[in-house]
Order: sequence, then C-alpha cells, then structure tokens
Amino acid sequence: MSVPVTERVVYDGTPEGTVELAETWRDPPGLMGSLSAINHKTIGRRFIVTTMGFFAAGGILAALMRLQLMRPENDLIGMDLYNQLFSMHGTTMMFLFAVPVMQAVAIYLVPLMIGARTVAFPRMNAFAYWIFLFGGLMIYGAFFFNTGPDAGWFGYAPLTESEYSPGKRIDFWAQMITFTEVSALLEAIVIITTIFKLRAPGMTMNRMPLYVWAMLVTSFMVLFAMPAVMLASTGLITDRLVNTHFYRSGDGGDPVLWQHLFWFFGHPEVYLIFIPGLGFLSAIIETFSRRPIFGYPAMVLALIATAFLAFGLWVHHMFTANLPELGKTFFTAASLLIAIPTAIQIFCWIATLWKGRLNFRTPLLFVLAFFFILLMGGLTGLMLASVSLDLQVHDTYFVVAHLHYVLLGGAVFPLFGAIYYWFPKYTGRLMNERLGQWNFWLFFIGFNVTFFPMHLLGLYGMPRRVYTYAAEMGWGTMNLISTLGALLIAISMLLFLINAVRSYRKGIKAANDPWGGGTLEWAVASPPPAHNFDVIPVVHARYPLWEAPKKTGYVAGLAANHREQLITSVIDAQPDYRGSFPDPSIWPFISAIAASILFIGSIYTPWAVVWASIPVSIALIAWFWPRKKETEEDLALEKSP
Amino acid sequence: MRGILSAAFAVSLAALPLHAFSQVATFQNAMQPAGVQAEKILDLWYLTFAICTAVFIAVLAAFLYAIRRAPRADERTAAEVSFLRQAEPASKRAVLLAVALSTILLLVLLVADVFTGRALIQMPLGDGIHIELTGHRWWWEARYSADPPSRMFTTANELHIPVGKPVVISLKSSDVIHSFWVPNLHGKKDMIPGRTATITLRVDKPGIYRGQCAEFCGYQHAKMALLVIAEPQEQYEVWAEQQRQPAPAPTTASAITGQKLFMGGTCVSCHTVRGTSAQATLGPDLTHLASRKTLAAGTLPNSREHLAAWINDPQKFKLMANMPSSPFSSEQLQAVVLYLETLK
Repeated sequence: MSVPVTERVVYDGTPEGTVELAETWRDPPGLMGSLSAINHKTIGRRFIVTTMGFFAAGGILAALMRLQLMRPENDLIGMDLYNQLFSMHGTTMMFLFAVPVMQAVAIYLVPLMIGARTVAFPRMNAFAYWIFLFGGLMIYGAFFFNTGPDAGWFGYAPLTESEYSPGKRIDFWAQMITFTEVSALLEAIVIITTIFKLRAPGMTMNRMPLYVWAMLVTSFMVLFAMPAVMLASTGLITDRLVNTHFYRSGDGGDPVLWQHLFWFFGHPEVYLIFIPGLGFLSAIIETFSRRPIFGYPAMVLALIATAFLAFGLWVHHMFTANLPELGKTFFTAASLLIAIPTAIQIFCWIATLWKGRLNFRTPLLFVLAFFFILLMGGLTGLMLASVSLDLQVHDTYFVVAHLHYVLLGGAVFPLFGAIYYWFPKYTGRLMNERLGQWNFWLFFIGFNVTFFPMHLLGLYGMPRRVYTYAAEMGWGTMNLISTLGALLIAISMLLFLINAVRSYRKGIKAANDPWGGGTLEWAVASPPPAHNFDVIPVVHARYPLWEAPKKTGYVAGLAANHREQLITSVIDAQPDYRGSFPDPSIWPFISAIAASILFIGSIYTPWAVVWASIPVSIALIAWFWPRKKETEEDLALEKSP
Repeated sequence: MRGILSAAFAVSLAALPLHAFSQVATFQNAMQPAGVQAEKILDLWYLTFAICTAVFIAVLAAFLYAIRRAPRADERTAAEVSFLRQAEPASKRAVLLAVALSTILLLVLLVADVFTGRALIQMPLGDGIHIELTGHRWWWEARYSADPPSRMFTTANELHIPVGKPVVISLKSSDVIHSFWVPNLHGKKDMIPGRTATITLRVDKPGIYRGQCAEFCGYQHAKMALLVIAEPQEQYEVWAEQQRQPAPAPTTASAITGQKLFMGGTCVSCHTVRGTSAQATLGPDLTHLASRKTLAAGTLPNSREHLAAWINDPQKFKLMANMPSSPFSSEQLQAVVLYLETLK
C-alpha cells in the first residue's frame, strides 16, 4: 500500500486480476484496519448488527413494561423506572432502530443493486456509523446510570424544561437526537449521491429497482425532516443550558412551538420508516411471485406522492391542542389523502400476486403479514385522521395499537422478510426454513394478541404512558392477554436469533441467486467480494437477470490496482467519468470520537462547544489533508489511459 | 342506522374471546356516551368502523383469493417477464376501480368528519355554567364562575354539573401540559401553560363519570383523575350552594383539637379552608373536602382510614406528590382527620 500506484493496471478478467481487484477494495486487517474500514459492506453489516442490537434492547424494555402492566396496581416496576422504560423504548425504536436500520440495509444493498463498487463518500459513511454508535452507547450508558430520559420519546416542553426535569436525563436525550440525526443526514446524502451518480451504465431511472426508488425517496425525506427535530432539540438544550426561552410560555416562548417542530419531523419519520418497508415488499413480491411488479410507474409515483404528502399532516398529532378548527380540517383531508398512494401500491401488489406464480418461502410470509397488519393499522389511521374521533382516542392505548400495527406491519415484518431474503447474500448461507416458519407464525400471532386488545383498551378509556391503573377500571384482563402476546413475540425473536446464528455458522451454502431474483445483487457471489462486481455490467433492462440481453456489455478500463468507479449521469446513467475513491482511513473514527466529546461535553457546559471544537477541527483537517501519495496517484492515473 | 351499526360492532367484538370475560368499567368509557358530544363522536366512530371494516374485508378477501388462485412455483421457475411488454388491461381496470372506490369512501369520511366537527362546537351556551379548570401536577383545581363574583367558589378533583345544561370549561395549566378527558362526555382537550383552551359539553344522563389526565405530565401522570358528577338541576344547586359556604366551625372537642393542629402545622402553607386562617393555594382547596368522593385526584376513596393513611404518608400512595409526610402522632392524626371530616 505504501508504494504509490502510478500506473493503471486494467482488470483483465484473469483470476489474478480478480484477486488484485479484491485486494484493492478490501479493508485493511487488524484492529486499526477494522477501525479504518470504509467498505460499504463492512459498514453496512456493522450498522445492521448494531441497529438490531438496539432493537433487541428496545424490545426488552417493552417486555418489562408489559410485565408491569399485566395486572392492576402492580408494584413490580416503580413509577420512575417505568417512565424511563417507555421513554427509552420509544427513543430506541424510533431513533436507534427504525430509521437507521433502513439506512443500514441500504448502505449494504444499494451499491449491489445498482451495479456499483462502493457507496459515494465511503469515509463519511464510516463516520456516520461511528457517530451513531457513540450516540446510542451514550444514551444507554446514561440509562444504566439512572439518567435515562423520562419524558417520553416526544419530549414535550415544558415538561422537558429544567424546572420540571432537573438533572441531566433530558440533556442526554436531546443530545442523542443530535448524534442520530447527524448520522441519518449524512447517510441520506451518501445514499442519494450513490443512487444518482454510481449506477451502472444503462440503469436509467426507470430501470431502477423499486427498492432503490424507495431508498431515494426516503433519503430525500430525511433531508427535509431531520433538520426540524435537530432545531427543536437544540432549542431545548439551549433552554436548559443557557436559559433561552424557546418553549417557556412565561418568558415569551411557546410550548406549542416544540410540538410543531417535533411533529414536522415526527410524522414524516413514520413514512421514512414505512417507505423502505414498501421497497422490501416490492423486491420480495416480484421474486417470489416470479414476475415483475404490476404498475411500476404508478408504484414510483405513489412513493413520491407519499413523501410529499407526509410533510402536510403533522398537525394530526396535535388535534387536542387548541388550534383553529378550520385549519385542522385541512390536516384531516391531507391525512386521508395519503391513504391513496398506499392504496395504489397495495392494489398493484395484489394484481402482481393475482397473475403471479408463488414460491411460498419465509420471506414471502413476512411480506404477506403486511397485508393483514398494515391494512388494519392504515384503517385505524383513518380514524385518527378525523379530528372528532381523534379527540377520543388520542393519547390512549388505541394509538399505541395503531402505531404498532403501522410500524411493525409496515416496517418490521417487511424488514424480517428482507433479512430472510438477503441473508444468503450477506453471509453466503441460507436461513433455516423450518425455524423461519415458526419464527413467522409466533411473531404474527403474538403480535396480534399483544396489540389488538389495545384498540379496545383505548376505547374503554385507558390513557397511554400510565405506569399503573386501578382494578376497578376493568382493564386487567386485556392487559394480561396483551402481556401473554408479548411473551410469544419474545419467543419468536429468540427463534430468529437462534436461526440467524445457526445459519450463519452452518446454514446451507447459497449460490449467487438462491431465490431466482432478477436484480443485480444476485449476479455477484454470496457473500459478495470486496469489489462487488468483477466487471461492472451494462444494464439493458429493469430485471437484468431475468431478461436475456440482446448483446452482453461490460464496462472495461477500470483499474484493478486502484479504487476506481464509473460515475454516470443522473437520469440516463450515461457514463460520465472515472471517479477515484479514497482509501480506508482512521480519521473518520477519530473525528467521530472528537465530535462525541463535543456533544457529550456540551451536556455539562456550553463552553464544551468552544474547546471541544479544537479536537474536532484537528481531526477533520487531518481527515481531509491531501496526502502526497494520494495526490501523486490521482495525478498519474488521470493521465494514464 | 346507529342501532344497526352498534349491534354490528357488538357482534364483531363478541366474536373475540378476550371481550367475553373482561369486565370493563362503564364510567370511563368512550363507548358509553352520556353527553351529546360523546354521542356524536360515537356515531362517527360507528360509521368509520363500518366503512373501514368493509374495506378491510374486501381487500383481504381479494388478497387471499389472489394468493389462493395463483399457481405455485419455486425459485427455478422462469420469471414471467412478458408482463413488461404486454399490458394487463383487466388488472389495470381493477386497480383503477379500487382506487376510485377508495377515494370516494375517503371523501365520505372527510365529509362525515367535517359535519361531526361542526356539530361538536355548535351548541347554544345561553344559560350554561362556566368552570375554570386548572391542571396542576397532579391534581385539578376547579373555579366555578358566578355573577356576582362573590358567589364564585373553588373546589378540586371533582366537578358537579347539572344534567341537560351546557357547561363551558376553560382549561389552563399551572405547570406542564395536561389534558382534560372524560370519555363518556367528550373528547379530550389539552391544558397548555400560557394558553387558555375551552371545551363545551352537555351531559344528558345523570351519573358519575371519571376522567383522567391524557397528556403525559411527569411522575404521577397515572394518578391524576377527576370525577364529573352529573345530577339534576336542583341537586346541583344544592351542592353549589353548599360549596359556596365557608367551612363550618368544628363542634366536638376532638375536632376542635384537630383544627388547632391543622392551623398550627404545615397544612396551612399549602391548603385553603375558607372561613379560617388557612388561605394558601398551592394545594387543593379543602373547605368541603368531606363532600368529595376521592382523595388525591382519584388515588384513594375518601374514607376515614384512607384519609388518615394519606395524611400520615402521602408518598406511600403517590410518590413525588408535593405533600410531605405528617409530623402528627397517631392521636393527633385522628383529631385532624375528625376535623377534616367536618368539612362537609
């Protein structure tokens, strides 16, 4: 690595060439090497495992909550811990699991699906992972030292102001938002740029897999939604740290401002969790129904329409606040309207299945659960969209039921389907089918047993976020049933874990394309080599593996001894130029540590922003400082043919 | 129409085994309306429920039929790529029809919602009573307005209202956001510090209805309930007249001792007992404490034992509540309880 590459060795198709190519794109060995890793598959894999770890942690918190609520006036878990549990559960699932896991899967898959060797900005991608990891570790660290947030994942001011939440609990929570949103924004930029500029030649926009479309749309939503919550939480931090008055009504601030900012992010967030799920669905349905998705243009337009409409409904979380009545009607209409693009997609999938030939395997099962669960969640969503109905069911267990039907049906079930589907691509081994079926049915039944009774509990008057209830309320039986359902979910998750670990070790070896898929990721080995594609294909169709090309074409002339990637045009994926990509570097990791010191330090003193910016600047300068070797290489290779 | 829909709802719920053996309370229940607003919302609920159920069944049926009729295959089956080139007119028509139908049903829901929303706010308020309800962590303070203002009075955690009369409640908060919600009467309305919200309602059925704070307000959010007692006009007048009176002077020796202890202790730094020197407003007004059904915002029933236990150690029943444990000996405590019991 130390000798500058000054002469391009073009990949020649020989086995030696392939070895050299893999060597070029590989992450360096050793501890330093793994901290410097930038390969999108390494980062993607770490990211997925980390977010699944947080999912498990959030699930354990939920199980503890269910144990507390299983009978009236239970004193298993105290009030203070319970409030931390539900705050941590919501925070974990929304900020540390749902959004990042979708980005993590995309970081791994998108380059493979579009015929690229890497993601754009691979070092920034590594930085985004580290900052996410440190943010997640920080909030759990705080939680274990009894400094976990206790004002809900929505953190309504003025409850979160220092008068009502003294101590550092809320500060850790608000700073966790900074960590995760920095990560989410950076990942969105990585994903958008990758999709726009790194597609294999010939993969025009209307040949992009629907999953890639879904991630493109999601990433744009992240760009517009996340700044609102970062602004909101920064205002909260300054209110608490330096006595600004953004949300203090007595001093000219307004608690409702927090709600607007939070839900301007919070509602789109639901859709940016849900849209990747729709992408998984399309990918799995087409492979397992052995045909292309019906109505591709309608599906794409529906995704884009959902993204736009998602920014026009946030007030339906605030119908009980005293806002103008006529204005609320607009948000009712918008909330009902967004059902249409989702309906279009559901109908198109049914049309696809109708004329398909079905291969009933575990991934398809998980996707089919979507139809039952998400459909119900969507319909209860229509109820919540109505101002009058919302006045009754808002902030009750009805909403708890609704949101779990939407988020688990729309995102988690499809995600599990996606894990079963792409597991052989990630690991080279298939997951066990029998355990998979058990996993699915226990999860599906357990889910409904847990969450269906909550609809009724809400109508029967049980508010959310209560650590206890009186026996005379008569909610005990349904809560007990719900807790038993949670036990089933826990067993199903355990089965999943066993299945994943066992299959990873000694599952059946998978071929390149174990499911007969039609998109490019199935063209490479399972697991893919460091450089993904030996030669970048020229894409001639929407399903390159299903439709035999008239004439096979490949990209020639990329170096085997240097990280080169063909950059193509945004719409038509016409070859544009040969891009030179950076080597692994330890500096993203060090920068993330420096930034974490700044973020955590500023929980305690505003001066941390000043002094901790020095190490951040040093790390960033070191990261971007032009190295002599790299400059030499780039100059030499630019000239070489 | 409503009867049919509600019967259908009952039948569909009865089909669920979990419903059969659970006995839910009727006094805090959105499905048991006792007022015109809750009733209108419930009507809209039944309509929405009917439409949504029909859509759910139709879509699920189409989906189940589709996966039943589709032939089976495995991963070696060649993918049918001819669909990329050949149009599927039947599927296209079906999808378009389904989308059109969905749009129409959504429009129905929108119109029904707008009409219900209008109905909820259009109520003649002519001879209504006005209550100013303030949320505190974690109890409710109610001030009944009156003309002249000398007839105003304050109470806590329990509202009495006349049946059939409009009630206008101004909602405020002294600290964080709370939400006023008595499901049998109306939907909820937030109490946001710095803003005053108004909710109007009318109760048509006499009874005792329970409400509970519906916006998370910190530690004891779960124990912030209030009772609404709807009673005939005459009974209400009697109650209101009684609430306007200052506290009667204690007559028995032990109650007099109790009053002395109360006035000489820390109680008076938070509580008011009208007609005495206790005039602090940090805690609930106790002038007519004995007339209320519960203690500490629905935490305990109001009985001699519970009152004594509560005063002795409030933190045992409601951790983090502002009230400290009492310094009284058990005899002193008995005397204080006897005094408080005279506050009818």
